[in-house]
Amino acid sequence: MSLPPLVEPASELTNDEVRRYSRHLIIPDVGMDGQKRLKNAKVLVIGAGGLGSPALLYLAAAGVGTIGIAEFDEVDESNLQRQVIHGQSDVGKPKAQSAKESIAETNPYVNVVVHGERLDNDNVLQIFEGYDLIVDGTDNFATRYMVNDAAYFLKIPYVWGSIYRFDGQASVFAPTLVDDAPCYRCLYPEPPPPGMVPSCAEGGVLGVLCASIGSIQVNEAIKLLTGIGDPLVGKLMIYDALEMEYRKLKVRKDPSCALCGDNPTVTGLIDYDTFCGAISEEAADAAADSTISVVQLEHMLKEREEGTRDFVLVDVREPNEYEINKIPGAVLIPKGDFLNGTALEKLPHDKQIVMHCKTGVRSAETLAIVKGAGYADAVHVGGGVVAWVNQIDPSQPSY
Amino acid sequence: MSVSVRIPTILRTYTGGESEVSADGATLADVIDDLEANFSGIKARILDDQGAIRRFVNVYVGNDDVRFLENLETKTPEGTQVSVIPAVAGGSS
Repeated sequence: MSLPPLVEPASELTNDEVRRYSRHLIIPDVGMDGQKRLKNAKVLVIGAGGLGSPALLYLAAAGVGTIGIAEFDEVDESNLQRQVIHGQSDVGKPKAQSAKESIAETNPYVNVVVHGERLDNDNVLQIFEGYDLIVDGTDNFATRYMVNDAAYFLKIPYVWGSIYRFDGQASVFAPTLVDDAPCYRCLYPEPPPPGMVPSCAEGGVLGVLCASIGSIQVNEAIKLLTGIGDPLVGKLMIYDALEMEYRKLKVRKDPSCALCGDNPTVTGLIDYDTFCGAISEEAADAAADSTISVVQLEHMLKEREEGTRDFVLVDVREPNEYEINKIPGAVLIPKGDFLNGTALEKLPHDKQIVMHCKTGVRSAETLAIVKGAGYADAVHVGGGVVAWVNQIDPSQPSY
Repeated sequence: MSVSVRIPTILRTYTGGESEVSADGATLADVIDDLEANFSGIKARILDDQGAIRRFVNVYVGNDDVRFLENLETKTPEGTQVSVIPAVAGGSS
């Protein structure tokens, strides 16, 4: 089922533009009409990271006339494994600025609008207003639900994509464009509890997966803008890079959807951080008065060496993370072993338990489990091994 | 009835890294019980404490979301493909 084009055609293409876009113009389905529509299109890309990098480059190359970039972060060296819009000399630079410069090099006819502030309830509607289409490439559930709701209230369709390790998902949410089309909340009514689903920063992502899913998002964007083909509305594309398999599944509009259902309960923007939670309530309670700093830990380790104190330092990360860097004297027991209970058998009862992870999120979760098992004096290390490397031992690599 | 179950990356720690496993059962509920018998712990990742499918996990029998079929009572005929699709949010950082 094709949809009417989202965008009216621009009045004309210049001779330079005709030369540049000739490979589009000679495809009958796109042609002069489709290319003029792309020229007139205003597309907002949220995140200039993994998904945003290929999405921005291909949207720009395709000749989308106005591209907005919503991104507040700066380029870090660990981004370059997959965020191909940025280069070595961009490290430390705002990502939105770096992306803008790359786009200018790819296609100088694109008008780039930078939205360098973090999206929140106060600015999201204002930033979205005026765009024909949104491409969502953020990295957390809170922003994803906010994007979904804001796009719905402003009646802007959006192309959604999500990645983790070797798995990708993509869909088009256009509940205000097509009767019976679902929104993101129809697909996933609620986010997972904090700590249950790792982020890419914790779990990793195959770099090229960003291109696999980001290019699907651009493909759908071009179809929607120009009104060609059968868009991914009401369908979920699942990609498994290890099996090299794409599967398309149906996504239905949920009549009980809190946003677009028959009796909506979400009628304005909500508190998305509370809805999604940064860490679980149990973890927050456990960590409240049981968090130590890396400086305190260094002191404790010295005392342990001198024989004036004893405790067990447990690293709850995964083995591949432990290979990258470690706090000396830490024993590796991954978080999963705490969830299935086997870790508790390995912990002595007569010593204090000190836990750490990469940044302190996972260790807060395991702290709640360990405290629940009776280790009342257990603590965890705020900031984790990242803080250790930054503040105590800069000779080790960080990630 | 033997069905094949697609396991997402995030749950492969339970299946020893296998992306597709076979399970027996006439309904989805039976299939999930059979999965649990072979891969201890996986059921709790799909179902909540009350035994309902978690709101951030979708289970498909064939190409259809079982929430729009008969949920856990959805029939799983011989050779059906069952897919577990959890919400993931990665994309940027």
